[in-house]
Amino acid sequence: MSLAYRFAMENELIRADAIEATEFPDLSSLYRVFSVPRTIINQGPSIEGSLPENFFLDAILRTITPAGETA
Amino acid sequence: MGLIGDADAQEIREQLSEMASPVRLIHFTQELNLEYGREAKQLVEELTGFSDRLSAEVYNYLLDTDRVAEYGIDKVPATVIRNGKDYGIRFYGIPAGFEFSTILDTIVAVSKGDSGLKPESREKLAAITEPMHLEVFVTPT
Repeated sequence: MSLAYRFAMENELIRADAIEATEFPDLSSLYRVFSVPRTIINQGPSIEGSLPENFFLDAILRTITPAGETA
Repeated sequence: MGLIGDADAQEIREQLSEMASPVRLIHFTQELNLEYGREAKQLVEELTGFSDRLSAEVYNYLLDTDRVAEYGIDKVPATVIRNGKDYGIRFYGIPAGFEFSTILDTIVAVSKGDSGLKPESREKLAAITEPMHLEVFVTPT
């Protein structure tokens, strides 16, 4: 199961979409998806590849934490 | 003819036997100009045959505008996996190949209402106070 889906289950503020890249070429091209999985956070920063739970979550949290602050 | 073969059927039935409570698949599609639309809809409908706890509702993306708005659907085919609660889980496209097992796992997790995540992850996620949208691009293989 996609970790993003599990994350969505834990907080109502989080929604998670899995998108089949080849069926949505325009969107894939917009987000420059050259390899999968590629995770886009809030239409902005992205995470490449498949990561273990804690690494993936920390990588996501880093994208929403202003630089210089520690989560 | 069915999309799900006999070889897979037994495994799917076994996996879905772990479901704890009812899960609804809310599927959005359109008749025209949708390459894999027919297959995606058929797959969703076939899946419900494997568990009494699994049901599907199919809506037309162009006509059922209330539902489209309710679930925030912006492209099709789209499938929402929910129980009594909508967790914000959406799959866009036809869930084939590896993604098919992702869907099965998700159905079971949603039916249990349990993410299965580590306690420290749950704590970090609970601390998020702003809306977050995760879009994970995948391919079938």
